[in-house]
Amino acid sequence: MSNASITLYNNDETRGLIAAIQKDNPAAKTNVYPGYVKIDCDKRLVINRDSVEAEIGRTWDVNEIHLAVISLAGHVDEDDDYFIIHWNH
Amino acid sequence: MNAIKKMSLRDRYRVLTRDLDWAPSYQPENKIFPDMAFEGIKITNWEGFNDPFRLTMDAYWKYQAEKERKLYAVLDSFAQNNAQMGITDARYITALKLFLQGISPCEYMAHRGFAHAGRQMRNAGLRVAAQMQALDELRHVQTQVHTISHFNKHFNGMHSFRQMHDRVWYLSVPKSFFDDAFSAGPFEFMVAIGFSFEYVLTNLLFVPFMSGAAFNGDLATVTFGFSAQSDEARHMTLGLEAIKFMLEQHEDNVPIVQHWIDKWFWRGYRLLGLVATMMDYMLPKKIMSWKEAWDIYFNDAGGALFKDLARYGIRMPKFADVADKEVDRVSTELWTALYSYSHATAFHTWIPEEAELEWLAKSYGPEWEKRYRPRFDFWKQREAEGKRFFNPTLPQLCQVCQIPMVFTEPDDPSKIAFRESTYNGEHYHFCSDGCKNIFDHEPEKYVQAWLPAHQIYQGNFGGATMPEVLNWYGIVPGQDNGDYRGSEDEKTWLHWAAMRNRVAD
Repeated sequence: MSNASITLYNNDETRGLIAAIQKDNPAAKTNVYPGYVKIDCDKRLVINRDSVEAEIGRTWDVNEIHLAVISLAGHVDEDDDYFIIHWNH
Repeated sequence: MNAIKKMSLRDRYRVLTRDLDWAPSYQPENKIFPDMAFEGIKITNWEGFNDPFRLTMDAYWKYQAEKERKLYAVLDSFAQNNAQMGITDARYITALKLFLQGISPCEYMAHRGFAHAGRQMRNAGLRVAAQMQALDELRHVQTQVHTISHFNKHFNGMHSFRQMHDRVWYLSVPKSFFDDAFSAGPFEFMVAIGFSFEYVLTNLLFVPFMSGAAFNGDLATVTFGFSAQSDEARHMTLGLEAIKFMLEQHEDNVPIVQHWIDKWFWRGYRLLGLVATMMDYMLPKKIMSWKEAWDIYFNDAGGALFKDLARYGIRMPKFADVADKEVDRVSTELWTALYSYSHATAFHTWIPEEAELEWLAKSYGPEWEKRYRPRFDFWKQREAEGKRFFNPTLPQLCQVCQIPMVFTEPDDPSKIAFRESTYNGEHYHFCSDGCKNIFDHEPEKYVQAWLPAHQIYQGNFGGATMPEVLNWYGIVPGQDNGDYRGSEDEKTWLHWAAMRNRVAD
């Protein structure tokens, strides 16, 4: 098992983002630690702009991920509508 | 209507990054980028670099400014509310002292390193990402100094961290690590810091430690830590793309890169031993043990990474198995060394409280209990007799990592590991096969190591006596050093606690 993983602040501003990730990646496991959450998903983890916007009720620029992210593991593929972390093998 | 459609992220990035590059015509490229050839890395197509984040410079400034606003709001609030009184215990400050003395100056070196390495790269995407990282690292050192300056008003040991970083014996461990990386070529620097440190190891430094700060009531540190770490996601991605780029360019690069990975994994792992002591010994409220953190951030995350890189012919770093074997003892071996030499440290040490010893025994099992419990009991007894143990002799240092030779054999924790090489008729000593391997590959570099113990004996540390050496370090005896029990820091803390109790009554 190779986890694609993202670590996010655990605060009010990231709540919608975390919920969107959980909805879009049903197989993902969310680990909660003091101050942060680490979300792991086998091989591939997807963040869709639409899903985040639906959660937070406003437009969301994929670049805004920079204000929420603490760490990640995997290759990054980023575009207007999505942010994907994945392993290739 | 003639509306101009907003450019896509890809187009915006292309226009504001790669399109700003040009082919030089007045000077040959090897004069503009003079350091590109000597390390033996072959680049056939500079355009082959795959951009990590598609972050343009204007967006970078916008988001970084936002991060700073948030951080400084917390710092102001922390100071206004005297939140230093709300931490779990003043022993926690030891972790901050070590961080400020040992890590923050390294952030500054990382700033210089990325400015230098980025300048050498013949690709605009790589250059811009390295430039952003250089700015990030400068931000990190500034915010760390700013955050911790508040604690300096109340606690000892932080007054001349910069001088200490250059002079104090245990700080030569992080200092020599970055000097080693900084004096390497630009490609090795990218592998050393961009990949091996940032991608493979930095999570172990920032994530559990900052979570520990959150758990120990230090809102200010957790905020600077996560604020810094939020840049780290970009750094990790740059490191990974840089290494993939080197590996894809030419098969001759693979063994060179593999050796750098082996070397910098081991260098970084040895350095992180200090983080292991922070997690297992310095945090009064524990978040997770070093062993748990190692499992999550090296074995799981690193395992996935190296499985992915296997298609380039890259394998797990050499001696990763040794790190695994040491996982249940490395924090204790280092903490007991720091305890023994605490008369010469700019922070306090102590014997863990009973509940903490039980936590350690629970985290590391009966072997730990059997091996180390008697040592702590013995020292506790000596302390009760008024004979707190300090080791008066200078330790032998490893020629590469510069840590006292306190580590034990991978397969025999009762025996000190000792390795030796001879070069030009001189003997050199190492704590491990990992460090010896690094020396044997580049002896000319490491024979020049500036080893504090040797320098003291040569009279270069202010004099031959301990007070003279401490004075040269900038450590005030009886104030900055020694056991936590009976220290000024402890008195300050007990005074605050008494005030709280009086109000509660």
